Amino acid sequence: MTGTGKLVRLILRRDRIVLPLWVVLLGLIPAGYVASFEGLFPTEAERVNYAQVSASNAGFVTLYGPLHGSSLGELVAWRAGFLPVLVALCALLTVIRHTRADEEAGRTELIGAAAVSRHAQLAAALITTCVAGVLLGAVLTAAMLGQGMPAMGSVAFGAEMALTGCAFAGVGAITAQLTSSARSARSIAVVALGVAFVLRVGGDVSALGNGSLSWLSWVSPLGWVQHLFPYGVNDWWPAVLTILFTIAAAGTAAVLLTRRDFGAGLLPARLGPASASFGSPFALAWHLHRGLLLGWTAGFALLGLIFGGVGGSVLDIASDNEGLSDIFARLGGSTALVDSYFAGTAGIVGLIAACYAVQATLRLRDEEQTGHAEAVLSTAVSRYTWAGTNLFFVLLGPAVVLTAEGLATGLAYPQGDLGAILAGTLVQLPAVWVLAALAVLAFGLIPRLSAVAWAPPALCLLILLVGQTLQLDQWFLDISPFTHVPHLPGGDATATPLIALTLLAALLTATGMAGLRRRNIPA
Amino acid sequence: MTEAIDATGLVKRFGQVTALDGLDLHVATGEVHGFLGPNGAGKTTTIRILLGLMRHNGGSVSLLGGNPWTEATALHRRLAYVPGDVTLWPTLTGGEVIDLLGRLRGGLDAKRKADLLERFQLDPRKKGRTYSKGNRQKVALIAALSSDVELLILDEPTSGLDPLMEEVFREVILEEKRRGDRTVLLSSHILAEVEALCDRLTIIRDGRTVETGTLTDLRHLTRTSIQAELAGPPDGLATLTGVHDFQLDHDRVRFDVDTEALEPALQKLVQVGVRSLVSQPPSLEELFLRQYQKADR
Repeated sequence: MTGTGKLVRLILRRDRIVLPLWVVLLGLIPAGYVASFEGLFPTEAERVNYAQVSASNAGFVTLYGPLHGSSLGELVAWRAGFLPVLVALCALLTVIRHTRADEEAGRTELIGAAAVSRHAQLAAALITTCVAGVLLGAVLTAAMLGQGMPAMGSVAFGAEMALTGCAFAGVGAITAQLTSSARSARSIAVVALGVAFVLRVGGDVSALGNGSLSWLSWVSPLGWVQHLFPYGVNDWWPAVLTILFTIAAAGTAAVLLTRRDFGAGLLPARLGPASASFGSPFALAWHLHRGLLLGWTAGFALLGLIFGGVGGSVLDIASDNEGLSDIFARLGGSTALVDSYFAGTAGIVGLIAACYAVQATLRLRDEEQTGHAEAVLSTAVSRYTWAGTNLFFVLLGPAVVLTAEGLATGLAYPQGDLGAILAGTLVQLPAVWVLAALAVLAFGLIPRLSAVAWAPPALCLLILLVGQTLQLDQWFLDISPFTHVPHLPGGDATATPLIALTLLAALLTATGMAGLRRRNIPA
Repeated sequence: MTEAIDATGLVKRFGQVTALDGLDLHVATGEVHGFLGPNGAGKTTTIRILLGLMRHNGGSVSLLGGNPWTEATALHRRLAYVPGDVTLWPTLTGGEVIDLLGRLRGGLDAKRKADLLERFQLDPRKKGRTYSKGNRQKVALIAALSSDVELLILDEPTSGLDPLMEEVFREVILEEKRRGDRTVLLSSHILAEVEALCDRLTIIRDGRTVETGTLTDLRHLTRTSIQAELAGPPDGLATLTGVHDFQLDHDRVRFDVDTEALEPALQKLVQVGVRSLVSQPPSLEELFLRQYQKADR
């Protein structure tokens, strides 16, 4: 392990801004929930009532996981149930950034030729990420203690996040060994995270009903960490499971590393065709976007099946529980409950589709930075044609994935009105386009800062996660284009906001394209 | 003779940095023009302006008689470009990239492609990410050379090629030159290459043109090295105007002489009596170094 310490310092130097940012920010979010829950539900009785409704709401369980108590701490820990997914994402990306991405860029070769052991880089990335996870947990624990929460529960709560970080650092380390490109490694890792999430949701939602599939939660690391139940039972043995998983994953990655050649993946490189069957800018754009499109379509279809399947449980819960059906009757009956569930999932799906759109837009920036754009633009292809053929997929790709999700939801929930569910999903499209158009704007006007294109989806996610809980002002909620989309099924279907959002997207895209026409390439 | 490239007083600024500061570049149709300069002199920036990828802040530029910024697409049908640092799409094979770039340019000669693949010994079935630097360079070169275009813009095209492949490259460019209707702008560090291929050359430094002309023109500025074995003492030679670094060892002399002083110096040698004589013409290497040193002062 010679050189590991020095490489850890190199990682800290390179990530001196991003790493502390996610460690502190994600660590502090739950502390904000404490005050908001105290404000919203000041008495024990109110909390019990809220917990009862929430614990059996499949939509809530899908997003946040199971809820087994009504103490303030348990509510806060439950409400932070989506946080492990974000921690896992940060951990995955950090490990891959410092292993496969470096190797692909050729930096590992430079380092590997120095007095550094073969495993040092992997070890340094894993150590740094795991320590970052533990620090995040410590920040969270300290913040909760600062809010006067019980010590044992706060430690368990912190441990939940720390363990998630470690487990998914291990997942990232394995995926980094599989393929020779960092982009594929990231895709595989994110798919693995998605599968872990889907398994947890499947198990938890099944537990609400007959529980025949509740074991699914126990094959997902995200399920394990949530079964610590901070402030409730404070169960520690899932933590042991997670630690064992992390060690096994790191060990597997280390073994895979010795089984492959430098720069290569485990899958051998194959020979391809000696001549191309295509030769147009559009065909090139299709080549660049098809993998992304197919992967996201498959993911969205899976998501749709889950959300649709959960829809059945939502209906069951509403009709099974007499006390609850009273509440639902007042809310507009079980149909209204199912409708609001699907309207809610449509909002989540729309936001995920926006992430896809931003990722697809930033492919243009990738093409510019790698020099591919220079090669294409030195041929008889204009800038508009080059960007336009790519934007074709940026704009239509989300339509395809949203349709796939809507159809899959309808398929998995045959009791529902397929048209209404599909409409609820597709009305998200104009909001998705606005976020994509902001990415085009950044790419056209401030190319070096193109990564800020991720800020709008992050802000929309923040608004979705904390907006209603913290009872923020309407103007803040209004920043997110998703706030303006009609809530379907169930809500009023008005075309005005959709037209307005589409026009805004068109205007932003046109401005971005005009900027691209005028600027230097590469910039 | 019409000019394929006509750039006068070109200025390009990046924020506060001035990359090009009144650069002149004139390339006549049908010639192979060497474009020399140290790293960071502005060669690639000039080429990017010629390709309409960047807009110049001052001066005037025309490419194949058109405006490279506003008529980029139309002009690009008539030229092919090999970037200095070739990157390929990782999942496309070399053969696919050659075909793609050729077709985006408006078509390529399949027979010529097959011939070049053979001569450069490139396996077109490998994926872009598996090629070495030299092989990536070959992909871009074959794509450019198999297109039937009027102008080739080559930015350090042989970087990464082994000596055998450099030789193949020279042969191919000399063939192009013999056809007479293709113009080549060859930016390079390798002086032997420029010496072997180019009709004229432009030397730039810090975004300015330092020297331009034919090799013969530029050699006037340099000195020839002479070594001779003499029958007697070379009286007065050491003090002759234009003779430099004079060394005498018994009957052997070594000196450098300016081109203008060559004749009087040789006459002196003949007067004394010459037993053997070695003369070395000025290499481009020397020319290059002297130009840079001159600009330093």
